[in-house]
Amino acid sequence: MTATTTTVTPATGTAAVRVRGARRAFDGRVVLAGADLDIAPGEFVALLGASGSGKSTLLRAVAGLDRGATGQFRVPDRRAIVFQEHRLMPWSRVWRNVTLGVRGPGLRSRALHALTEVGLAARADAWPRTLSGGESQRVALARALVRTPELLLLDEPFGALDALTRIKAQALVAKLWTEHRPAVLLVTHDVEEALLLADRALVLRDGRIAEEFVVDVPRPRALDNPRLLTLRRALLRALGVNADLPTDESVPGEKP
Amino acid sequence: MSSSVLDRTGTAAAPVSIDQPDDAPPAPARWRRAARRLTPARKATGLLTVLLLWQVGAGAGWLGTTTPSPTDVITAARELIASGELAHHLGVSLTRVAKGLAIGLSAGLLLGLAAGLLRLAEDLVDGPLQSLRMLPHLALVPIFIIWFGIGETSKIALIAIGPIFPLYLNVLHGIRGVDERLVESARSCGVGRPGLILRVILPGALPQILVGLRQALGLGWLSLVVAEQTATTAGVGFLMNDAREFLRTDVIFVVLVIYALLGLATDLFVRLIERRALAWRRGFAGE
Repeated sequence: MTATTTTVTPATGTAAVRVRGARRAFDGRVVLAGADLDIAPGEFVALLGASGSGKSTLLRAVAGLDRGATGQFRVPDRRAIVFQEHRLMPWSRVWRNVTLGVRGPGLRSRALHALTEVGLAARADAWPRTLSGGESQRVALARALVRTPELLLLDEPFGALDALTRIKAQALVAKLWTEHRPAVLLVTHDVEEALLLADRALVLRDGRIAEEFVVDVPRPRALDNPRLLTLRRALLRALGVNADLPTDESVPGEKP
Repeated sequence: MSSSVLDRTGTAAAPVSIDQPDDAPPAPARWRRAARRLTPARKATGLLTVLLLWQVGAGAGWLGTTTPSPTDVITAARELIASGELAHHLGVSLTRVAKGLAIGLSAGLLLGLAAGLLRLAEDLVDGPLQSLRMLPHLALVPIFIIWFGIGETSKIALIAIGPIFPLYLNVLHGIRGVDERLVESARSCGVGRPGLILRVILPGALPQILVGLRQALGLGWLSLVVAEQTATTAGVGFLMNDAREFLRTDVIFVVLVIYALLGLATDLFVRLIERRALAWRRGFAGE
């Protein structure tokens, strides 16, 4: 299989993100087999899939972090990523972390503004290691926000948080998205998280987007909304889990 | 900050929340502060005991006739200071070390940075340096005397060559040890190559670089001792050799103490840098 060259061009027209035929193989193991992905401006898209299905690989390709990925990528220049680990520079104070890579005057006030949005302005001069896991992740969000991104890439950003902190962080992301309306690609393994936050939930299987669920539930959403419960069951089934028979048939990617 | 409160109450139930904010509770803090105030006294006790035993031992003759007592050493030091001899010789030695270290540290740092940041430089530089590293640099004394003569040049060259290797190695390993994920994260934040070096790679490598600096400075003093053993008429090493000729063991001990103090001073200097530059980092300090 000869790889076609990657073309990254600025997104124009209607789509914020347009990916065609994304391919990636690691040592001969094909992870992405020509995945297509579209995200409209301001749209919140969740990307789900079984462990090792290539969710993060696709996100990294979209982010331009993976030079081994091939295909057509049209992605905004102004984009920001929040990783599963906060990835703050331990030797820079919180506010310096927020403005990392940002140029121009008034950096500190811009950092403070972004930190206020995540409720952490008081910790602007703290060292990252003195923050809790949830706080660190909120600083990482502020670091993304300060760039006023057109595309926000979230790679399982709440995966390492405890259950209570995760709920708060999800609410914070929902609030920030409503206020700033960037296009969002959220990679997650948490079905509830996808349904609470996203306009569309995509399921990645066999290296392609296999299924799409439009989450047509008005916000703010409650998890006990009957429509969400139906979607949850369908989404879980698409991921190879039968929610009605949790002890059985949990074979990923099974097909009749 | 309601979330930190939640984090804390959540620890009992949720096993995931290992990351509490770590402001220490008040009572242990008071203990720790009291203990910290006592630490210098605790550290001094051991040293004072050794000095006391030495004084008593030398006075009673347990240590033989050629061992001066601490008070003899102090008297000798007073004389050397009063006559200006000590200042003169120390000045000469310090100048030698300063020149040698200036060359050696710069070379080690530059080579380490080049090899750490550029693959090409690593391929070119690492092989020769790794093989030279195996050579005890003090064995170079004879060849340096032939090459550079018995004057200052050979001494400075000897002091310069030793520190190159530990500094080079630690700079290189420090840079290699910087978390790739932080580099990626900085890149995704739009940090360019100069910014990456200044704000990610060098700060990340700094702890290891300072370890290298400490080793390098130690080697500098070691080289000074050897360099001043032969063919010199000034320097604290000469002072010691001269004292040997006249069996002035008290003067020899003065020089030994000076060597120790110089080593101590450089170590304190590096620790001071560490405390300032590595304030973001806290390691395990011991119970």
